[in-house]
Amino acid sequence: MPRNNVSSSAISRRLLLTAAGAASLGAALTACGGGGSDSGSSSSKPVSQADIDKAMKTPTELTFWTWVPEIAQEIALFEKKYPAIKVKAVNAGQGTPQYTKLRTALKAGSGAPDMVQIEFQAIPTFTITDSLLDLRPYGASALKSQFVDWTWSQVSGSDGEVWAVPQDTGPMGMLYRQDIFDKHGIEVPKTWDEFAEAARKLHKADPEVYLTNLAANQVAAWHGLLWQAGAKPYVTSGKSDIAISVDDAVSKKLGAFWGGLAQEGVIGVEPDFTDSWYAALNKGKYATWLVGAWGPAFLSGSAKDTAGKWRAAPMPQWDAAKPSAGNWGGSTTAVIRSTKNPIAAAEFAKFLNSDPESAKMFATKQFFFPATKALLADASFSGATPAFYGGQKVNQVFADVSAQVDPAFQWPPFLDQVATDWTETVGRSLARKTDTVTALGGWQTRITTFAKSQGFTVKAAP
Amino acid sequence: MPRLLARPRSAGPLFIAPFMVLFLLLFLAPLGYAAYLSLFQEKLVGGTSFVGLENYLTAVKDPQLREGVVRVATFFVIQVPVMLLLALLFALALDSGLLRLSRVIRLGIFVPYAVPSVVATLMWGYLYGPDFGPFAQLSDKLSLPAPHFLTDSWMLGSLANIVTWEFVGYNMIILYAALRTIPQDLYEAAALDGAGAWRIAWSIKLPALRPALTLTLLFSVIGSFQLFNEPNLLMKIVPDVIDSAYTANLYAYTLAFTSQQINYAAAVSFLLGLLIVIISYAFLLTANRRRPA
Repeated sequence: MPRNNVSSSAISRRLLLTAAGAASLGAALTACGGGGSDSGSSSSKPVSQADIDKAMKTPTELTFWTWVPEIAQEIALFEKKYPAIKVKAVNAGQGTPQYTKLRTALKAGSGAPDMVQIEFQAIPTFTITDSLLDLRPYGASALKSQFVDWTWSQVSGSDGEVWAVPQDTGPMGMLYRQDIFDKHGIEVPKTWDEFAEAARKLHKADPEVYLTNLAANQVAAWHGLLWQAGAKPYVTSGKSDIAISVDDAVSKKLGAFWGGLAQEGVIGVEPDFTDSWYAALNKGKYATWLVGAWGPAFLSGSAKDTAGKWRAAPMPQWDAAKPSAGNWGGSTTAVIRSTKNPIAAAEFAKFLNSDPESAKMFATKQFFFPATKALLADASFSGATPAFYGGQKVNQVFADVSAQVDPAFQWPPFLDQVATDWTETVGRSLARKTDTVTALGGWQTRITTFAKSQGFTVKAAP
Repeated sequence: MPRLLARPRSAGPLFIAPFMVLFLLLFLAPLGYAAYLSLFQEKLVGGTSFVGLENYLTAVKDPQLREGVVRVATFFVIQVPVMLLLALLFALALDSGLLRLSRVIRLGIFVPYAVPSVVATLMWGYLYGPDFGPFAQLSDKLSLPAPHFLTDSWMLGSLANIVTWEFVGYNMIILYAALRTIPQDLYEAAALDGAGAWRIAWSIKLPALRPALTLTLLFSVIGSFQLFNEPNLLMKIVPDVIDSAYTANLYAYTLAFTSQQINYAAAVSFLLGLLIVIISYAFLLTANRRRPA
């Protein structure tokens, strides 16, 4: 699930999330309207500079589906540089609802935008249907060195295609309540063992308080934890081969750990981004939130009552000597293959996320966690000392973590199905305090069955 | 009426033409397209192939679909009698003319219907909350155990409560309108014969209400079997109680938009539609048979 965008008010976000869920069928159908575009061109031959110059001076209107609030200011920078080109931003929902509309529009053959905001984990879901434009011929490869290594491997295809340009990221860390830790004499846990001990100690000292909440509906968090633990749950090769191993040794270790804590009743397992969950964060029911780097800005908007009490730390480690991190969230800009103006669209995707002024604006106006190396190293970004975190350099904590994210993690080409299956097997076992390791097997079976029914060849894990 | 029928009929088709065009475009065409879709199978790898009735055969044997249908049928059996009985009582009470402020009360009962079901579900979802919901807070203050509105055993009842809250007013208005059409002279005649208020309600009002009750019952069959919004929203709060196949309609939606099995979803939707037609028809048939000749 997408949790990378930070809106200024928690209430509007809550409405956005719930309304997005409610929009369902009707919303998907309304996406069918709009201008048509069916001629796709994607030769891998590089486009010449002369062609680019010509395209950027030709009056063009582009449509961009994005849920970034107030993105008009970044778009204005682009339009100032290329006055002939007008970009129309459309908010078609955040995350899954937007993808559903996009799929419907692509299937209908009309109504799809030229560019689209897409999260890292959803890229393979759209490349499997040949919906994205390879940006290599438009010079996207040249941007590689500007972006954090793991973000670039996330947008790259198996044959070196560049499917999108990274926009923001979510390396995971731990936000924690300094006051609750102090009150109960709890040290910031460095390892998962210490974390488990702290969870037991805290809940025993105050039965109303839990060390953390592992949301039983949040497959993205689980993937982030898998990522940190070094799992390779989905390995695709070619177009139709996939190895699925969501119940291998690493996964079972995670399952036993988190399922065990849930069964002991020392952590919460309620769904996140609900009214009850917001209230719980505000009222101090949870002493930590394990979350992507977009979390700090998000939390300061939605748990205002707790300002000044939070701090940030790296995630607890499985092996303290070899610190590693996972990622949860973050998104990119991709170009839809059916666009009639591939050059202008590709230039837009590049400019929006790599132009220093535009990229910086995302970090300072929308509080996105950057994907470019330059911004992560920028003292004006990493040195910020927000009062909500008691003046701690929170961005620096996450910038350090970003360097520890494994670039080899891959996503399945049918993420929505994987997510639903997770909630109904592993998530359910957490919520009901049944055996999570067994549930992992159920998850594995369901994904495998689905993959086979969709024509994939399911291979043994490499 | 006879005078209208006697008019020349050539203008008739012209008058119904706009309706027929819209009916064709907005109802029959999509229906036909869905039927067409349901005969194919599209895979992420390997593309589309014609499979004939295979999707229907799979659907008939699909345990998830069967569970969903049984669940909405159970829901129908619990919720609809309660809702219609309440609607009937309210309508009779309003019609009796004995209530003070009857207009305000009428509006008050009807207002929930004006609230979109999405908003209503979000509101009830909050009220049901096990931690910070008002019921939970109240029982906490009284040192009572918190009510478990959102567990397996309570969920159908909690859903039924939301749907009842939403639609009692709507059904009441239909029944109330039917009551208002009963000629006053029947009441006068009954009163002259010595009938009291209860006797009038039982012997005059209820029989006169039968067509309206049949109508509300039909709407309820359709509504219950298409149950979607309420479980879909509550799923966000309790994903371990409501899964993506909780109701048949929710299952069809999941198949189309999560699993990308649009063809199978079309077949499931068709079967569901067929089931609703059969049940509705069965109700109409029994209602008509019972009508005194």
